[in-house]
Amino acid sequence: MIIVKELHKYFKDLHVLRGIDLVVEKGVVLSIVGASGSGKSTLLYCINALESIDSGSITVDGEDVHAKGTDINLLRRKLGMVFQQWNSFPHLTALENVALSPRIVRKLSRAEARDVAARRLEHVGLGDKLNSFPNALSGGQQQRLAIARALAMEPSYMLFDEATSALDPELVGEVLDTMRLLAEEGMTMICVTHEMGFARDVSDRVAYVHDGTIEEIGPPEQIFGEPNSEKTRRFLSKVR
Amino acid sequence: MESSLNFFTGFKFQDLLFLGEAAVRTLLISGISIAAGTVLGVLFGWLLYEGRIFASATLAPVLDVFRSIPLIIQLVLFYNFAPIIGLSLDPFACGTIVLTVYTAALAANVARGGIEAVAIPLRRASRSLGMTYWQDMIYVVAPIGIRAIFPAWVGVALGVMKDSALVSVLGYIELLKASQILITRTQEPFLILAVAGAFYFALSFPVARFADRLEQRWSQ
Ligand SMILES: Nc1ncnc2c1ncn2[C@@H]1O[C@H](COP(=O)(O)OP(=O)(O)OP(=O)(O)O)[C@@H](O)[C@H]1O
Ligand SMILES: [Mg+2]
Repeated sequence: MIIVKELHKYFKDLHVLRGIDLVVEKGVVLSIVGASGSGKSTLLYCINALESIDSGSITVDGEDVHAKGTDINLLRRKLGMVFQQWNSFPHLTALENVALSPRIVRKLSRAEARDVAARRLEHVGLGDKLNSFPNALSGGQQQRLAIARALAMEPSYMLFDEATSALDPELVGEVLDTMRLLAEEGMTMICVTHEMGFARDVSDRVAYVHDGTIEEIGPPEQIFGEPNSEKTRRFLSKVR
Repeated sequence: MESSLNFFTGFKFQDLLFLGEAAVRTLLISGISIAAGTVLGVLFGWLLYEGRIFASATLAPVLDVFRSIPLIIQLVLFYNFAPIIGLSLDPFACGTIVLTVYTAALAANVARGGIEAVAIPLRRASRSLGMTYWQDMIYVVAPIGIRAIFPAWVGVALGVMKDSALVSVLGYIELLKASQILITRTQEPFLILAVAGAFYFALSFPVARFADRLEQRWSQ
């Protein structure tokens, strides 16, 4: 379970997160929607400590992410992350991209790491691309590679930051399908997304973030059907 | 006819050996300086990248000084200055130290460029996979950065090798100094300089070719 309490975050004078409270239970798929610059990415980065926080707290399975004594590298294994830019390691093949962290972070043997990597690549439909270098893969394939790479750490949670925003329209589907597959397998997911169809069909809950606060959170039927907040209604009428 | 006669009488086979030996010294002094200077340069480059304000206020100006003062002046100054501070250095040691610092000053900027060549989002991705700072540095930043700056580094290395000729002003008998000695004796400047040039070429050509090969292998 991920619990965010009274989270505040500043970039210098810019008050980006203004008191976020959020609970994500195991097995839940949460979609986060909101305007550009509202702080969605920053919230994800705070959850796995790629950004520091100014006040409040975030706990993952009871462990305080930003506490002094926390081994953040150990905690990050639980939190797989997929970014807007697919961030493949250009000097490694698909298999090596996925096998690297299991080998050096989880300390698996070379053979075990390759096994894990091959299975994960198969899982996301890249079983025939094991020895391809990233520059020979399409954007959609590289993004699925990024998903496989995160999964190879056997995370309990997956964080997606606009995983499809940088893709050509015809490649969005294959990545969304992979994410849908993960959701069906019971993975706990937090997905920042502009894909309203995905948010409505796949998520258990949808949060609308406005100016660094969660304006409204609830099941997709509520958010997309009859939102309580006028701001939510206005945002959704604009993006649809 | 007469000039070709002089040609053979003036320049003997031993002289070729003499030049060959000098070429080995050129290789030795530049090899040591390039290796040590690169190690130092990588350290400085990392400090410049990570130290931000502090490093750019302290280290950067010092490196700028070493990069911008002509090497020959640095050599003469250091050679004459060293005894004053109680160091007794022979021309080889003195030349090696100056060349090493010079290489480090050049390599530092190249190394910083290599770290900067690896995009921040990519590094966040490796950290998000649980890698530590140093695992990210070793397994992600180094291989990508090295590929990006390799041509620039080869340029620095070949430049330093040629610049090592300047150590001749201290009396160290490397290729250029050896050539001068032979020219004085034989009065055959063109021939001897041509041979010396051929030696420089023979030293740098394999390096350049090897570098090309590596780059080709990386780019596929
Ligand atoms: N490293 C940073 N330094 C300073 N300001 C930042 C930094 N990162 C983000 N910001 C600012 O913080 C605000 C929130 O950014 P964030 O990336 O979290 O928004 P977002 O909701 O993800 O937007 P988008 O939909 O465009 O990705 C923006 O105004 C952004 O310019
Ligand atoms: Mg964002």
